[in-house]
Amino acid sequence: MTDATTTHVPAPEAVAEFVGATKRFGDVLAADRIDLRIRRGEFLSFLGPSGCGKTTALRMLAGFESPTEGEVLIDGRDVSAVPAHKRPVNMVFQHYALFPHMTVAQNVGYGLRQRRPRLPKREIELKVAKALATVRLADFGPRRIWEMSGGQQQRVALARAIVNEPKILLLDEPMAALDAKLRGEMQRELLELQRSLGITFVLVTHDQEEALAMSDRICIMGKGRIAQVGTPQELYDRPRSRYVADFVGKANIVSGQITGRQGGLAQAVLGNGVKVVLRDEPGDDRTTTEIAVRPEALGLAARDSAVPAGTAVVPARVTHRTFLGDHTEYLLAADGLGQMQVNVPRQAERALGGHDVGALVHVLWPEGTGLVLAVDD
Amino acid sequence: MTQSRARALLLTPAGLWYAAMLLLPLAVVLIFSFGERSAIGGYAPGFTFEQYANLPARFAAFRNTLTLAPVGTLAALLIAYPLAYFLAVKVSPKWKTMLLVLVIVPFWTSILIRSYAWIFLLGGKGIPALLEVIGLDDVRLLNTPFAVLVGIVYGYLPLMVFPIYVALEKLDKRLLEAAADLGTPPWRAFLQITLPLSMPGVLTGSMLVFILLMGEFLIPAILGGGKVFFVGNALVDLFLQSRNWAFGSAVAVALVVVMLITVGIYTRLVKRFGASRDDVGLM
Repeated sequence: MTDATTTHVPAPEAVAEFVGATKRFGDVLAADRIDLRIRRGEFLSFLGPSGCGKTTALRMLAGFESPTEGEVLIDGRDVSAVPAHKRPVNMVFQHYALFPHMTVAQNVGYGLRQRRPRLPKREIELKVAKALATVRLADFGPRRIWEMSGGQQQRVALARAIVNEPKILLLDEPMAALDAKLRGEMQRELLELQRSLGITFVLVTHDQEEALAMSDRICIMGKGRIAQVGTPQELYDRPRSRYVADFVGKANIVSGQITGRQGGLAQAVLGNGVKVVLRDEPGDDRTTTEIAVRPEALGLAARDSAVPAGTAVVPARVTHRTFLGDHTEYLLAADGLGQMQVNVPRQAERALGGHDVGALVHVLWPEGTGLVLAVDD
Repeated sequence: MTQSRARALLLTPAGLWYAAMLLLPLAVVLIFSFGERSAIGGYAPGFTFEQYANLPARFAAFRNTLTLAPVGTLAALLIAYPLAYFLAVKVSPKWKTMLLVLVIVPFWTSILIRSYAWIFLLGGKGIPALLEVIGLDDVRLLNTPFAVLVGIVYGYLPLMVFPIYVALEKLDKRLLEAAADLGTPPWRAFLQITLPLSMPGVLTGSMLVFILLMGEFLIPAILGGGKVFFVGNALVDLFLQSRNWAFGSAVAVALVVVMLITVGIYTRLVKRFGASRDDVGLM
């Protein structure tokens, strides 16, 4: 654990760490000064659109790429120069990359057979059987890979990785090739597996729902950089930038002038003169900012109806109304603010009535709703 | 009903072709092989096993063919595999097409002319002259089995390169990453993943080259100088020079039998290695 080549003092709870890790491919900056600690036993997701650097980060962890600058540490040791086959991590590949000339059991036992000194044959057999049982493929050992369905192949890939008891299990968009129903099932199974094995899981995905559903923490990436790291709830409730607010869930972004700050709240005047009270980011002293507010945090009311005390109102006209079962999505042209979205729960709409396209309404902005974005981007 | 009629109709040309061009000549050869040489040469009807009993007279031709064809195939394989690997895996896409064309370029000239070029290269003023410079005197290359080997490997190399290239080209490179991820150093990944998955290409190329080498007569005639005889040369001699069609036919039938045995072994090997289907590993 103590390594003379490493000057960095590792955090004991960190199973892996990126320290200023940068990766260039020619002129392209795929990963830009990534600093991240991956905690032992957590389920961490790299989330972002394609080309955001999430796959590069994962591949640096696996050992398929080495950082151009900076370090990648596993268990406190700099592994930047350690080739993939000597790293204590295993990956579930995007299209599984199962060996077509081997049976299911041979695939699963492959990593064990690479150990030197060799493991006893009997031990390999036992471990393979156990891994196959874990992914509920106990009787499938002698089958050929092409006899397996997509979901089964994914389980084989999973078994092939976990049988080696890696320090970190890397998952590269493992659910991308599965249909929606199977994906949900697989997500639950992966979570259960992670809990029972206690292995650190690092998932790469572009699917925000998948990341939200599975992760202890999410690392949102954009343009090779980390945009924000946090629990799913933190990212949803307290996005630091427009990029994060837009990527995790939907958000209305409006600009405003801060006129006063007090006790975690900020008074602001929106572009159209409406005064609102927001949650504030501590330590922020800018006066002009962007404000994010979730569509479900706002309300809708007819122009002539009474407004509760402390609630600001923005006059608007309904341009689109989409019924989505549990809620209705309204797109509105708000006076002086451009397009806004408000989601009204089915129950509220049933109680208070809906609004037709073209109707003139008030967008209700309760006190303490909306968030001052800490970072401009 | 109409479907089966359409099928029959579509298969008729190929069926007629094979009947006329393959089965009929084979039947003729088979019948001739049990006949006798007529007094003025050619074929005289009869039924005798004399020609087959006589086969050992051409033992040298069979021995040369049955040693040089496998050795030539193996040599071509050993040279072609690294080349195909280089072309399929290592070369940047920019150069790939040009290098592939370069592999075929020799085919644009007749094998006859290219073999004559080798007469010069292997003859007294060619490579042996160069060897003299470094002190190796009196090295004879031309008209030796080695010269024939060089000629056949040179002539048939592209036929070995391309099937192997195709097999390696479609090999999913992620399988090698998966192997590395599971703890396999690169050289072992080659033996465990790349080599077995390129076996279909190796077997196709080897069979192609081997079958053609078994029937080869031009290169041994030119580079072997009449000293290194193949079965093909024996056939040319028997049919065109000594005009012993019956014995020639017996030799030809013997060659076909040897080939059938080889193809039989080949099919078995394919069944064993070909167990991996292409449509799998990719997705």
